Amino acid sequence: MSVKKLDITKEHCPMTCVKAKIELDKLKPGDRLEVLLTEGEPLEMVPKTAIDQGYRVIETSPAGGKNHKVIIEK
Amino acid sequence: MSINKKLSIISFSGNFDKTIAVFTLATGAAAVGYEVNLFFTFWGLNTIKLKKGRSALGKGILDRVFNVLMGGFKNLPLSRLNFLGISPRLMTHMMRKNNVATLPELVEAAKTLNVNFYACEMAMHILGLKKEDLIPEVKEVLGVAKFLEKAEGGEVLFI
Repeated sequence: MSVKKLDITKEHCPMTCVKAKIELDKLKPGDRLEVLLTEGEPLEMVPKTAIDQGYRVIETSPAGGKNHKVIIEK
Repeated sequence: MSINKKLSIISFSGNFDKTIAVFTLATGAAAVGYEVNLFFTFWGLNTIKLKKGRSALGKGILDRVFNVLMGGFKNLPLSRLNFLGISPRLMTHMMRKNNVATLPELVEAAKTLNVNFYACEMAMHILGLKKEDLIPEVKEVLGVAKFLEKAEGGEVLFI
């Protein structure tokens, strides 16, 4: 199992979801992606679409200021 | 689990700003699990020509002149305030400065996300274009009937 980190706090639509999707596609079963993202659309949509596509959201936690950390597992 | 979602976009205008809209929608939709079909026709074909600049594609003199005038991916004009092609460059600079994905970056993302690229058979025939004149990501050259078949059951946009 590997854990990869992705920071999309500086990205804007549509690259927030695009970068998350590209990295999620690279995961093997059991691998995790730790995504640092901002509140609003990224926080609402990245975990939701990951679940829609069959991934598991392990954790969502505040990461200071407007940032949040979301851990997604394949 | 995801339900089967589909977005099909007809890229007609070939304008720089409208093509940004095409690829923003395409990549955003693909990122959230949509199947995405892009159908390039008329001016939209400039986006997917293999040669990015102005080139004399086609057989006859009219084909060649017209393709030079139409240009390629690097010559897409802004739909308003184009100022002889200066504005698209200025806009790309502004996008980069504001950390927003530029048009080439969006096109690359669309390829990575397996967005389906299709080209219009009729428009290509008029312009004397062959499939080899287009980027290799173009899966098929289609007519209306086949495009509608691929778009069936999803949302369709004309840009």
